[in-house]
Amino acid sequence: MQRYFKTIRLFWSTAFASQLEYQLNFLIELLAMLGTLLGSVFILSLFFTGGRQLGDWTWESALVIQGVYTFLDGLTNALLRPNLTEIVNYVREGTLDYVLLKPIDSQFWLSVKKFSFAGLPEIILGLLIVFWAAIQSGSSFSIYSLFVFIISLLIGFIILYSVWFLIAASSIWFVKTWNATEVLRALLAAGRYPISAYPVVLRFIFTLVLPVAFLTTFPAEAILGELKFNILFFGLILSSLFFIFSRLFWKFALKHYTSASS
Amino acid sequence: MPNNPSDLILVDQLSKYYRVANKQPGFKGTLKHFFDRKTYDVPAVTDISFKISPGEIVGFLGANGAGKTTLLKMMCGLIHPTTGLVDVGGFSPQRRQTAFLKEITLVMGQKQQLIWDLPPMDSLYVNAAVYGLSDHEAKVRINELAEMLELGEELTRPVRKLSLGQRMKSEILAALLHKPSVLFLDEPTLGLDVNAQARVRSFLSEYNKRTGATILLTSHYMADITALCPRVICIHKGKLFYDGDLDSLANSLSPSREVKVELKNPCASEKFEKYGEIQDLNDRFVCLLVSRDKLTNVVSNLLTDFDIIDLEISDPPIDQLIGELFIKGEVN
Repeated sequence: MQRYFKTIRLFWSTAFASQLEYQLNFLIELLAMLGTLLGSVFILSLFFTGGRQLGDWTWESALVIQGVYTFLDGLTNALLRPNLTEIVNYVREGTLDYVLLKPIDSQFWLSVKKFSFAGLPEIILGLLIVFWAAIQSGSSFSIYSLFVFIISLLIGFIILYSVWFLIAASSIWFVKTWNATEVLRALLAAGRYPISAYPVVLRFIFTLVLPVAFLTTFPAEAILGELKFNILFFGLILSSLFFIFSRLFWKFALKHYTSASS
Repeated sequence: MPNNPSDLILVDQLSKYYRVANKQPGFKGTLKHFFDRKTYDVPAVTDISFKISPGEIVGFLGANGAGKTTLLKMMCGLIHPTTGLVDVGGFSPQRRQTAFLKEITLVMGQKQQLIWDLPPMDSLYVNAAVYGLSDHEAKVRINELAEMLELGEELTRPVRKLSLGQRMKSEILAALLHKPSVLFLDEPTLGLDVNAQARVRSFLSEYNKRTGATILLTSHYMADITALCPRVICIHKGKLFYDGDLDSLANSLSPSREVKVELKNPCASEKFEKYGEIQDLNDRFVCLLVSRDKLTNVVSNLLTDFDIIDLEISDPPIDQLIGELFIKGEVN
């Protein structure tokens, strides 16, 4: 276990060092991120001008969702995108062979090898928005609601990671960068607004089929103290299933890779 | 490593078939391909058996697509055999157990594992962490290998700014950090200039002497094989073709010697026909292929019959022989 922690530390410090090799690129990434963020807060503010409501959400509580979205988007930019879109290159260039011969879990290696520090401000800003907006909407924090918030964020992230990893792992067969990951980003973007703002059919789909609700709405409800326990429980089971499935699928994919590659 | 110390690697009746789907051209073919897929098996490696003892350096020879890399990858656990058995130090490679992975390493000349934008040193410490080496152990190990490989400040320069030779040496260093006892090298000198090739070779030979590590290597450069490998395994069209020492391969391939003669005066070619097969005749220089049992007779006859300035006897170059071998497809 300790070996894994030390490996992550070195992975990320080398990732940081390689990004600093290209200073200008790093600055541009930061600026682009800031622009996106400002844009999305502006669009959200349009919905609420003139006292309109989104679903049964007030401006402040909808801003909590925006905060959760920003946080998850930051995590996506920092961790999921740099690592999982790289898997196809490992397959195409054959360097996956080196990963498979390391005495370390290959899914672990492929999932955490890189860390893009341009995602970090978004992560921090997202959290700040969440807490500021939650206070504005009159939420009283308790250790319990914070705890539930962290758990539900984790649930959301694991679901997003697992779905993304499944798609990335399929590159073992397709050996082609396909745009399925863009679909995922759109999915996450659908979570920028409260689930109850969508029509009933979409609401159903976003909760049970494509669990968008777990990504943003439920964590937001958690910090506002409105999340029902049975949903949290369901989320824990769902995310575990997603994660277990991603691991089994990877094992299956590797079996195919190792019996077919040359 | 545990088990049978006399045989480190055991390969028994090993075969690998790749399943390939056959698609007829055109739309009709596509439809047929979709609904009623005909697949057939293409053999990459067929029924190969051999044993390798600890500390051996073995060269794998074969034309492109002969099955060398497939064989090597089956031995390091990257490809599952279709039938047959591979045993490396008591492990079944395809299971890729941690204890096995810590004993082996793979270097591929055309693929790199070092992080492109950073100095090799950073990648080395990442590898050290992955293999569970402490910083101190890693440092000692890096210094030791860097000295053997004649690497110094190159290790703290970004990989993208290193020459191919320096990069390859750094790759080798990264691959040997965890003191593996079995080295799989797939074209480790690919694209290097003659000097860099020679340095990699002398390093490998010294590493083998110092640590007793077993080295299995494929190369297209015959010089690598002749300099490093007392034993060669030839693969042709997926089949084992020859397994033995390099010298007897040369003998069985070519029972003849090359006799090069420099004459005082030019001579017509007909005059040499009775001595042996004429390889080359150019003004005063003649090159003859003479079977070994007649060699002494032929040479003494030549010396009496002609006015000779210089005479040289040599083996035909081995790479030429092996090239011929793969074209002919069999050993004499």
